[in-house]
Amino acid sequence: MTTFVAAEQTAGNPLANIGIFALFVVITLFIVIRASRRNATATEFFTGDRAFSGPQNGIAISGDYLSAASFLGIAGAIAVYGYDGFLYSIGFLVAWLVALLLVAELLRNTGKFTMADVLSFRLKQRPVRLAAATNTLAVSLFYLLAQMAGAGGLVALLLDVHGRLGQGIVIAAVGILMIVYVLVGGMKGTTWVQIIKAVLLIGGAAVMTTMVLAKFGFNFSDILGSAQAAVHKATTKGVAARDVLAPGAQYGGSPTSKINFISLALALVLGTAGLPHVLMRFYTVPTAKEARRSVVWAIGLIGAFYLFTLALGYGAAALVGPDRILKAPGAQNSAAPLLAYELGGVILLGVISAVAFATILAVVAGLTITASASFAHDIYASVMKRDNVSDSEQVRVSRITAVVLGVIAIALGILAAEQNVAFLVALAFAVAAAANLPTILYSLYWRRFNTSGALWSMYGGLISTIVLIVFSPAVSGSPTSMLKHSDFAWFPLANPGIVSIPLAFILGIVGTLTSRETPDPALTAEMEVRALTGIGAEKAVPH
Amino acid sequence: MPTPEEYLEIQSSPEFAELRSKLRRFVFPMSAFFLIWYAIYVLLGAYAHGFMATKLWGNINVGLVIGLGQFVTTFVITGIYVRFANRQLDPRAEAIRAKWQPVESDVS
Repeated sequence: MTTFVAAEQTAGNPLANIGIFALFVVITLFIVIRASRRNATATEFFTGDRAFSGPQNGIAISGDYLSAASFLGIAGAIAVYGYDGFLYSIGFLVAWLVALLLVAELLRNTGKFTMADVLSFRLKQRPVRLAAATNTLAVSLFYLLAQMAGAGGLVALLLDVHGRLGQGIVIAAVGILMIVYVLVGGMKGTTWVQIIKAVLLIGGAAVMTTMVLAKFGFNFSDILGSAQAAVHKATTKGVAARDVLAPGAQYGGSPTSKINFISLALALVLGTAGLPHVLMRFYTVPTAKEARRSVVWAIGLIGAFYLFTLALGYGAAALVGPDRILKAPGAQNSAAPLLAYELGGVILLGVISAVAFATILAVVAGLTITASASFAHDIYASVMKRDNVSDSEQVRVSRITAVVLGVIAIALGILAAEQNVAFLVALAFAVAAAANLPTILYSLYWRRFNTSGALWSMYGGLISTIVLIVFSPAVSGSPTSMLKHSDFAWFPLANPGIVSIPLAFILGIVGTLTSRETPDPALTAEMEVRALTGIGAEKAVPH
Repeated sequence: MPTPEEYLEIQSSPEFAELRSKLRRFVFPMSAFFLIWYAIYVLLGAYAHGFMATKLWGNINVGLVIGLGQFVTTFVITGIYVRFANRQLDPRAEAIRAKWQPVESDVS
């Protein structure tokens, strides 16, 4: 991320941006404090008493899922690379069908607080829980780090704060706010933050889309034409030649880059249904049917949002132009904020900037509560204390974990602020798809599946993904690597999914078939009956 | 809460077998369909730039139409599944719950 900035390119008024964001913080804090009365029981703290309706949870899911990367990143990628940015959003959307058809309802009926509840249901508790919690922590930490590092770039862009100290202070403030939301609000408060943020984000994007369309007489073809014309006039090296209406501007080069793109597409479509913070959201509703309604609402909102980003991305190319976008601090991430300034001046820019910050805040809060719940419920209570732990003790450990994670996230976020860590989100999806999804599907649909298969698949998926990414061009050996000046890359793809995802599926089968262990038939029956009918499933807490 | 024996009994009952096969016969082929359709789209995006760039009307090209087609199929499949689940799965699950869990006294 560039730190160079010319004075005339700083758009808007940082004070207005900060003021509108502060208003968001005050309102959400007020709601969080009101919504969460005690958070004394584990069910209340981890699931909000399972009392959210399907539509509420669906809005919260879209708030959890639509990170700053989807808003600023995808709009920016479309503005600068055109069609290839759109390909991203399609993977992110289609992925929800995996969650809807194969995972959401059965998971809701089977589990209690965490993903590990489902995976370890009929297998050996402690090893499977430990593996599932390790994956949960890994995915959450990668995702969290990407969000915190992104906050640094956003600070430079929106608040006009430059220099390490200023950015560090803002990242620390974001981290502390997140800790407060999670400690005070638990799942209930966090969910409300996500609902408010989703409404602001999707509403803001809808308003901007309408304004862009109105500028072009509601003729989408004209927007595309103007975008392509603006790109052809760009003076930035290599941009003018791009055909932004067809695929290939970003990934079209060598055979390797095409396979890299396919690998990314695979991780995106299979990763979503393995993201622990998405899965945990299904425990906040009272029944499987409400879990289904949640996903329907999420698909509608997320789909609409990605359609908006299509108009916003091409609109930014047409109205702002690639040269101004690429010269702004934050480069392509600045496309949406610059477009907001172009359309609605200081006020709209302030609103959109505040929404972008709210987005980071809500996503990191969701990740933190998921990771801390998994540590307290799976590792501390089950693995370390063999389930001799009271509910309130679990909540206490979870709160401590949230503070520790928050501090780690702040420290790593400050260290990573100047690094190119965009690959971390793709990495989180790749780990979720390789390390979590195979075991989720096998344990829900394959009776013979056993502990050995689960461990082979989960650790195999996690280790292969991380090893491949460490030795890939994302980390070293290319001008866009995290470590530009060393080169130990031997794996050619920055996205390891095309290797690690099939590998983890195969390891699950091989591990199962090479072990003589057969899961307990009674537990298998209980899990299957519970998953499909809801008999014995966790109920909502009545008020 | 049913006992382990009751869970085994429910699992081996014909009603449960029917519910499970209804579910699987819907979600497995449907998942195969949307994953293959998505794979076709991704492969076209990676290897068929010329075809995707073919203009249809104005500046709207094949790539954009197929891309928006992915949105349409996602929304349509969601709708079909919800209709199917409401009509075929929910009543069957409800019947099984009513048979083995006649008194829902633990809810209060």
